[in-house]
Amino acid sequence: MTSKVTKADSGTPMVKAEGVHKSFGPVEVLKGIDLEVKPGEVFCLIGPSGSGKSTFLRCINHLEKVNAGRLYVDGELVGYRQKGDKLYELKDSEVALKRRDIGMVFQRFNLFPHMTALENVMEAPVQVKGVSRAQARERAGQLLERVGLADKAGNYPTQLSGGQQQRVAIARALAMDPKLMLFDEPTSALDPELVGDVLDVMRDLAESGMTMVVVTHEMGFAREVGDSLVFMDEGVVVESGHPRDVLTNPQHERTQSFLSKVL
Amino acid sequence: MTADIDKTAGPESTPPAGPEAIKAIPVRHYGRYISAVAAIAIFVSIVYAFAQGQINWDAIPEYFFDDRILKGVGQTMLLTVLSMVIGIVGGVVLAVMRLSKNPVTSSIAWFYIWFFRGTPVLVQLVVWFNLGLVFEYINLGFVYKDYWSSFMTPLLTALLGLGLNEAAYMAEICRAGLLSVDEGQTEASHALGMSHSKTLRRIVIPQAMRVIVPPTGNEVINMLKTTSLVSVVQFSELFRYAQDIGQSSGAPVEMYFLAAAWYLVLTSVLSVGQYYVERYYARGSSRSLPATPLQKIRANLLSLSNRSGGGAKA
Repeated sequence: MTSKVTKADSGTPMVKAEGVHKSFGPVEVLKGIDLEVKPGEVFCLIGPSGSGKSTFLRCINHLEKVNAGRLYVDGELVGYRQKGDKLYELKDSEVALKRRDIGMVFQRFNLFPHMTALENVMEAPVQVKGVSRAQARERAGQLLERVGLADKAGNYPTQLSGGQQQRVAIARALAMDPKLMLFDEPTSALDPELVGDVLDVMRDLAESGMTMVVVTHEMGFAREVGDSLVFMDEGVVVESGHPRDVLTNPQHERTQSFLSKVL
Repeated sequence: MTADIDKTAGPESTPPAGPEAIKAIPVRHYGRYISAVAAIAIFVSIVYAFAQGQINWDAIPEYFFDDRILKGVGQTMLLTVLSMVIGIVGGVVLAVMRLSKNPVTSSIAWFYIWFFRGTPVLVQLVVWFNLGLVFEYINLGFVYKDYWSSFMTPLLTALLGLGLNEAAYMAEICRAGLLSVDEGQTEASHALGMSHSKTLRRIVIPQAMRVIVPPTGNEVINMLKTTSLVSVVQFSELFRYAQDIGQSSGAPVEMYFLAAAWYLVLTSVLSVGQYYVERYYARGSSRSLPATPLQKIRANLLSLSNRSGGGAKA
């Protein structure tokens, strides 16, 4: 933790949410979220299922459209351009350009099943950034080694365990050199004995100074690695603070009852 | 019963350690023997009936590689390939139109599919053939101008009739394929910063192919056979040439058999091709690729020799 390179002094928060609302039809999932993620920080989102934490995460890279409020990544508005007091929707290509810098890891891995582990990691640098195949292959090899899967480069996703697939997915996201990584319950679909490997990779990543927003049910990970923690319920932030404080000494009644069930 | 047990109870053949393998007398399926005998009897009697019939079988090998027949085979293959190309390209375009969020394009695609699937292809061919009654000229500005009748050659009529009809079927096959790919794949691709078209081309379509290829193979085989209809628009292919030879050589029925044999040869070749294409698109979808027919034969021969070897030992 001490080795962490914190760029927090630079001023602009990596993610800033101001009164973010999101509805699916008549159902309001996010009812005004305000929060700030500093650069280099590991920011954990916890809460019961249906509390809107995954939806909020998906808003950050514009996989979901925000209905009201403002959401900024690295000082830039997500999904829109502001001119005067008018908002203009960004074109698909502009949205894609911004997503390059934001890595995302999914609960269900979502590896490309028709490509080997190596090809999965190479795909985006070659197709999006125009990196040469040779360069991309070398980098992908290094990334697979970093997540401990150098020997599985030629395997297809179906030939890998869940934990291995998720580590390939992390390497795939890292291949784009993102400034921000989003983790959507990365260990929830794994066998308990495989969770540790994935968390080790994430811990390593946190120590290298990556800014991470992590939706998780792993309270141990949040306490050890997290710098900030937010407890969400029914679309609002109920409680926030340092993970150790919130997890050991929750102030709010709702947080207390949730933690008493999961800890 | 005791004899059976004696036969298998070789003391040397049992491995020294480990549990004793079960050696039971298998159930006898008498029903299977009876149905097999009955099926063979029916088959033999049909073959016998044909062999006894008033058919000059010698005429078939005599004309099998006749120049006109070979030309007809070539025309049939050409027509199949070109119509399928029109069908597949049109089908992909229609499927994308049908799935688009634009209500106008999706309605037009719906209407096209409704019309071309809802009318017989034979009727469509005849309509194309007689479209000269509606349009006297074809006029594409400075590029091309001609009488409709000289523009619509038999080949073009056949291609349009078969290809546009096929596009309607291919559209539904492609649509099913595109819908079969998990939404998470599109999300993952978008999250990596890939554009819509790259996502479609690199991620969605390769996975959709696994669903699209088997029914498309069916369509190719169907198309090969449907080409026999185009004699109504004066295009000559295998069936038409066989018919012509039949009339001039005085062996009409024999030439139908000949045509049937050629269609069988062609569809068999296509089936083998389809198998390998399917195998290619199956990579990554299961832990190991299915064996090729050659590998299967080899494996079967090996296991047979192993079995007989084991039996001999016992």
